[in-house]
Amino acid sequence: MLIQNPPDIASSEITDEHAYLNRRQFVRGVTGTALGVVAAGLVPGTVAEAGDVGQQEIQNVKPGPFRTDEPQNSFEDITSYNNYYEFGLDKRDPSRNAHTLTTSPWTIQVDGHVAKPADYHIEDLLKGIAFEERVYRLRCVEAWSMVVPWVGFPLSTLIKRFGPTSGAKYVEFTTVLRPSEMPGVRRPVLDWPYVEGLRMDEAMHPLTILAVGLYGKTLLNQNGAPVRLVVPWKYGFKSVKSIVRMRFTSEQPRTAWNKATPNEYGFYANVNPTVDHPRWSQRSERRIGRFFRQATLMFNGYDDQVASLYNGMDLRRFY
Amino acid sequence: MRRGSLKWPVFVGCVLPVLWLIGRGITGDLGANPIEEITHETGIWTFRFLLGTLAITPLCALTAWSRLMSVRRMVGLFAFFYACLHFSTYLVLDWFFDFEAIIDDVVNRRYITAGFIGFAMLIPLALTSTHAMLRRLGSRRWQQLHRLVYVSAIAGAAHFLWQEKADLQRPGIYIGCLALLLGIRVWQRARSRWRTRVSG
Repeated sequence: MLIQNPPDIASSEITDEHAYLNRRQFVRGVTGTALGVVAAGLVPGTVAEAGDVGQQEIQNVKPGPFRTDEPQNSFEDITSYNNYYEFGLDKRDPSRNAHTLTTSPWTIQVDGHVAKPADYHIEDLLKGIAFEERVYRLRCVEAWSMVVPWVGFPLSTLIKRFGPTSGAKYVEFTTVLRPSEMPGVRRPVLDWPYVEGLRMDEAMHPLTILAVGLYGKTLLNQNGAPVRLVVPWKYGFKSVKSIVRMRFTSEQPRTAWNKATPNEYGFYANVNPTVDHPRWSQRSERRIGRFFRQATLMFNGYDDQVASLYNGMDLRRFY
Repeated sequence: MRRGSLKWPVFVGCVLPVLWLIGRGITGDLGANPIEEITHETGIWTFRFLLGTLAITPLCALTAWSRLMSVRRMVGLFAFFYACLHFSTYLVLDWFFDFEAIIDDVVNRRYITAGFIGFAMLIPLALTSTHAMLRRLGSRRWQQLHRLVYVSAIAGAAHFLWQEKADLQRPGIYIGCLALLLGIRVWQRARSRWRTRVSG
């Protein structure tokens, strides 16, 4: 049994886990809500208030697979450097403007080729979900990258519950569109609402998660609260934020950036150092917080896990 | 410099953006990706100073405030100064002398090509900006050479426009200003030609 441990759970993970546990203890101490946290921690999968800028501590988060032991970007960097055009075009706009978004109550419309279409309350969807910490690399199409300790769960868990029918070949995700709370949508920079999509096998892949938090706490709005997609082998714009709709389709969804500039942003958008963006090279990237650029890895370093999804496909054509 | 000269106040105004940028760097206000921020700031200031330089001649003509003319060279040299900062940011901070990648960029990415042309065009202008060089070249040839500033500004505008991902409003405003400044010149030229034809 021991021999069968997959290579992802390397010896390095042991130290990581220690650091992880220490950090959580530290956070508990600082927030001064240790008692409340412990009490709430008795109930699996519940969320206790930490009283810190509307964020809540997420309980019973288990370390998940596929974690990278690269240094994680700071909470400050992850929450102040965002592309979320609904709140403005500058990287710092979302952190300044996104607080206006109301994330409770929140429902997700599930429709299309699926056995149980409905408007689901997020509380019902998250009931009984086992949260995992997934430390993933995030590679933006703009040639910068971060390492983010997400808290989430495999998207496949939810999809199985919805019961997609044989007609379901793709999943289309839609971001919330609320002009009164989103200053950036006044101008038609993109064809709002923001739509993204995955092929069904990509959506069911164990690397693909829905994230509800990072660094052990619920997501801030600028990171896509209350629930967002994370697909670590694709450029960041595929990982749609603040999801309000999941539609199961038989045809490839028409995605926001692809509609805006089809020759620059494809449907697949797999991280690929050999296929340049028309306006810049994708061979290297700047890890936020580091001075020197580093080489970009095929499928963002997840090629062992996902390369087989694209066997026989010309990745230059299907960029 | 005589009393009441415009040169000192304008000089101070021209160094303020870079001082401000340095101040932001020291206080850690450049955000999570400081290199990107420095690139954007030095780039936009280069374009602003180019627009400022090009605005001086028509402003003098329109307002008869001829003293402005005395700072045109300085403002132009500051445009070159900010262009140098912008280019060095790209060369050193962004790519750290990775010439293979830089040459690939300059050859294959049109917005980099345009930016590179815009920068290169400014170099002869800066080198011939002194009175001594003006005398050596003669005023006619000097003036012809310095028309390169139009090429540089247009290349800069293309560089600005083509680097934009989705929102063309911001480069659009700047390029509109440039179009106005160039349009005034075209119009003046056409008008003076027409007058000489009428009177001659």
